[in-house]
Amino acid sequence: MPNRILLSVATRKGAWLFRAEGARRTWRVDGPHFLGHIISHVVLDPRDRRTLLAAAKTGHLGPTILRSTDRGRTWQEAARPPAFAKAVAGEPGRAVDHTFWLTPGHASQPGVWFAGTSPQGLFRSEDGGATWESWSRINEDPQYRKWMGTVQDGTPDGPKLHSIMVDPRDPARMLIGMSGGGVHESSDGGRTFAPLIDGLEVVEGFDRADATFHDPHCVRQCPSDPDRLYQQNHCGIYRLDRPSRKWVRIGKSMPKRVGDIGFPMVVHPRDARTAWVFPMDGGTVWPRTSPEGKPAVYVTRNGGSTWQRQGAGLPHKHAWWTVKRQAMCADARDPLGLYFGTTSGELWMSGDEGRKWRCLARHLPEIYALEAGELA
Amino acid sequence: MKVLIPSPLQSYTGGARVEAQGGTLAALLEDLERRFPGIRFRMVDEQDRIRRHIRVFVGGEQVLELASPLGAGDEVVIVQALSGG
Repeated sequence: MPNRILLSVATRKGAWLFRAEGARRTWRVDGPHFLGHIISHVVLDPRDRRTLLAAAKTGHLGPTILRSTDRGRTWQEAARPPAFAKAVAGEPGRAVDHTFWLTPGHASQPGVWFAGTSPQGLFRSEDGGATWESWSRINEDPQYRKWMGTVQDGTPDGPKLHSIMVDPRDPARMLIGMSGGGVHESSDGGRTFAPLIDGLEVVEGFDRADATFHDPHCVRQCPSDPDRLYQQNHCGIYRLDRPSRKWVRIGKSMPKRVGDIGFPMVVHPRDARTAWVFPMDGGTVWPRTSPEGKPAVYVTRNGGSTWQRQGAGLPHKHAWWTVKRQAMCADARDPLGLYFGTTSGELWMSGDEGRKWRCLARHLPEIYALEAGELA
Repeated sequence: MKVLIPSPLQSYTGGARVEAQGGTLAALLEDLERRFPGIRFRMVDEQDRIRRHIRVFVGGEQVLELASPLGAGDEVVIVQALSGG
């Protein structure tokens, strides 16, 4: 039997698992899982291709991590979900509201996972997600706590630590995004971090030297060239080629009437010159809809020098949805499959790198996150 | 003592009514946690604060503190405040 793709769909009301054989023409739907739970992320472990972790909470109960070791057939709750350290007497202390982002650890470290939370914190598991510890010193560091802000700042349902990336060449090298709080890099496996924000713009009137005012929406590291990073930011689209420390705004070459504001960022697994974004209306009061109600993906094939619209198959007008930061992804097939899920609960895919789009599902709850992986 | 469990937490207990012990609300929740691992964190955060949408009633009176004393004959009702969309 050919390998199967698993497309995990995390929504505001549960999770769905879509499976397809090699050609990706027919998808089998499995769900809902955890109906009524707010699922922020569901991720397949690429190291064993059978373990799945899901970040869950409900409107009433505290957050947890759900784990499956049989490709989503059965689930167990984490014995010790991510939780901040108990505060010393007299201090208010922080409590995890929800885990927002899950990232498997380095290929050489099976069982290791990282979790980013809201309020912002970085957590680590060494046992496949069963137990978690408050891993990074930034969780308690006064300077980072200041940059992280509070629930009053930024993202509507709380600031989020996201875009956790482990360098495929070296597990000690990591990157994170903080909304707000900027992009940060680590050389000690996530224990400590340092800002990586040069060249990024901030909202007019604020100090771009202060990480507090930086709002990366989604940061991606190119698998084929890990020194190349792409970023969709609150203030444009950027690229960074290490060892440079200065981001370059590549969104300036987007069409002016579309702009370069959005949330997701997707990179090609085999070609570091190719990346996709999904622009949204970031004007006036930030409607967070497709610009002019005309949704489209934009692709660059040259590292951001030029962009092309990819809208074939998508609604031509009157489509007032958009795509959240985790709700767009690519598989690793050739030709590449691209996927996005909308705030209105539609699931779209392209089997030819974005040239044509087709709708896989409608009427799902608001889609928070998509991930595509290869099942064992 | 008798404890009434709300529907979102019955996946842990297997039913709406359980027996548990404890001289305080904190001790009662620890007893529930021992028997139904994971249930306490869904109701109480890591700073020992009862979560925003969880309410606990003892003998018909709302209890707000984990240190609140309980008697052996008390009936404890845990409810979720209906909220959200």
